[in-house]
Amino acid sequence: MTMKASSRQVDGIIIVDLSGRITLGEGSVVLRDTVKDLSTQGHKKILLNLGDVTYIDSSGIGELVSAFTSVRNAGGELKLLNLTKKVHDLLQITKLYTVFDISDDETSAIASFSR
Amino acid sequence: MEKRHAMNATRVSYTLESTLASVNKAEQAVTEIAAKSGFDEDECGRIAMAVREATVNAVLHGNRYDPNKRVTVSFETIPDTLTITVRDEGDGLDARLIPDPLAPENLLKQSGRGIFLIRAFMDEVRFRTMSPGTEITMIKSVRDPGGEGNKEANQ
Repeated sequence: MTMKASSRQVDGIIIVDLSGRITLGEGSVVLRDTVKDLSTQGHKKILLNLGDVTYIDSSGIGELVSAFTSVRNAGGELKLLNLTKKVHDLLQITKLYTVFDISDDETSAIASFSR
Repeated sequence: MEKRHAMNATRVSYTLESTLASVNKAEQAVTEIAAKSGFDEDECGRIAMAVREATVNAVLHGNRYDPNKRVTVSFETIPDTLTITVRDEGDGLDARLIPDPLAPENLLKQSGRGIFLIRAFMDEVRFRTMSPGTEITMIKSVRDPGGEGNKEANQ
């Protein structure tokens, strides 16, 4: 299953609903291009909804880290929403769980962005 | 595909091209083999990811997508234990030189987590320098062979 990404805007926050596999190749590229396009358009508050992401490999983890640092370096915020158990475990093993701002609730995630 | 049977052991070997399609093929193959070997769903997922990472390393860092180089992936099953080897034909790898991805200075690096994940998910991981290339051997045993968890899973 390839990865899909669709964006919507709620209260000035861009929510990217991702689904499928974020792995080396197509999945990682879709994520990279999506975040890059949003940054180019001037969006600085991005919430990645990983609820329908079924699988992520080390390349996908790297792409999440890269997206996080590039948005932060541009003065923005990138947060994660709805981790599956598999993705949650991976971020914990790699000690990235505390690096990312992670939420299980969209409303509170949106409210957590600085205004 | 080459398949050999010994006493209570089965060995399957695939010779694959240096492409991302081969990575998916190796991942799919080990998922089926691990399930048949008695690993539960979570363990199958971890083993599949270890094999995926090892094959990505072989294709990308070892053979550098060279169409003239092959990746050999072998699966050997004996009761309750699965041994996987992934071999490339690249310039070789010294696993001792790979930086710790959990070190604070490496935490936000984009790459360098593959071998760490392999070690986290498998019971035993060994590297061997070949001529040419690198061979990684990954071993995993069923945690509760024939135990209560397994009996329930088989019902």
